[in-house]
Amino acid sequence: MCLAIPGKVLDTFDQRGMRMAKVQFGGIVRETCLDYVPETQVGEYVLVHVGFAISRVNEEEAERTYAALRELDQLTELEAPVVEEIGPAGFAGANAHSGRNNSSSGEDSS
Amino acid sequence: MKYLDEYRDGEVAKKIVADIHRITTKPWVLMEVCGGQTHSIVKHGIDHLLPESIDLVHGPGCPVCVTPLEMIDKAHAIARQPDVIFCSFGDMLRVPGSDGDLFTIKSLGGDVRVVYSPIDCLKIARANPDKKIVFFAIGFETTAPANAMLAWQAREQGLKNVALLVSHVLVPPAMAAILGSPYNRVQGFLGPGHVCAIMGYREYEPLSARFKVPIVITGFEPLDILQGTLMTIRQLEEGRAAVENEYSRILDREGNVPARKLVDQVFEIADRKWRGIGNIPESGYILREEFRDYDAEKLFDVMEIDTRESGACISGEILRGIKKPHDCPAFGTACTPQRPLGATMVSAEGACAAYYSYGRHLKQEKSRQGDLVAIGGAA
Repeated sequence: MCLAIPGKVLDTFDQRGMRMAKVQFGGIVRETCLDYVPETQVGEYVLVHVGFAISRVNEEEAERTYAALRELDQLTELEAPVVEEIGPAGFAGANAHSGRNNSSSGEDSS
Repeated sequence: MKYLDEYRDGEVAKKIVADIHRITTKPWVLMEVCGGQTHSIVKHGIDHLLPESIDLVHGPGCPVCVTPLEMIDKAHAIARQPDVIFCSFGDMLRVPGSDGDLFTIKSLGGDVRVVYSPIDCLKIARANPDKKIVFFAIGFETTAPANAMLAWQAREQGLKNVALLVSHVLVPPAMAAILGSPYNRVQGFLGPGHVCAIMGYREYEPLSARFKVPIVITGFEPLDILQGTLMTIRQLEEGRAAVENEYSRILDREGNVPARKLVDQVFEIADRKWRGIGNIPESGYILREEFRDYDAEKLFDVMEIDTRESGACISGEILRGIKKPHDCPAFGTACTPQRPLGATMVSAEGACAAYYSYGRHLKQEKSRQGDLVAIGGAA
């Protein structure tokens, strides 16, 4: 949890005022907040810590760091469940459109 | 030198190790601050590559480890409430409190969820307006911007059913506490790279000047740690004490300015208790007054919970670099990752758990310095 993980920015979007991105880490894609590195562009690599990009890195650095983290078994946080944007019971879908939900399949609890 | 071939850049590693051996004329005690660095050092046997006179001791930079037991108990008391969805980073779930862990509470029907990011709680809150969503906001400076954003966005989005159980700690005050102790052995630090990616390293400069210690901000990869060690020893051998940045490809002196700004808007500095160490003045964050409506400690009336640690555990001395895992009679016997007695065994980034997971509890380790049992030398 104390080490940031590098990933590639695939796509950016707005989520209730936050600048978000889909970021690819190996075979896993997760939503990431870009508010702390607002200049980040699609195709760039960022160091991501608990869902927040904290600095930009080049591709070579990203790949080497990712490999080092895998060796240290420090990638497990990426496997945490994906939280879907769903409305409360009876209001399902009420919030789903306004948030431009981009999360992939998953469950909302572990 | 058998470990060197495992490094991708073996030739560079060999040169740095040779330089370290060449310039080292005296015994020095260095501390790596970050738990990720500890894990890397033990995994790659980096300490075994260094001269016998260099002692690497392991610092307090494991956030799971230093979260106080009473805060774990507070988390459990909140997570047991029927109207609560308790959210946490995954590695806090198996940390035992006085009575089981968060997995136990989940198995007894508590709604305990692992989240990837604190801001996942915003979605959970919107989907569950009749529940209170409590996030266990632990960590060092690295998680602070993410936790700050949760509080900030909860307020911005008008979500009344979000709260944070804040147990935030800061690296520089812990280093000051270590250096100010009469038992201190540490003469130089490998500073925490990813903490400084957020915070920069300005605040380490007065620390270095006040205690006359070299502090080299260092990454966690094997080559980073070797290079940071070389830079620290070079300063010590030359009689210098300055802050240097080994990790300049990732960070600069200012750190991440937007992140620091939001952290400062949401949190203020306060005294904090550290597991294994005790209270350290001005060593962590609490929510600012304007965010107190999001403070789970106040909302759930758990302020009075106060839990004592096991007396057998020496983790406080390990976290301050005074002792090492092998100095503890319980290490690997009464105390294991499955049944941890204290801070440094509860997370893989803790020194005791790192030693255990790489089989060091099985080895006879020889003494290096005086009566202090140190690691390695046998490779």
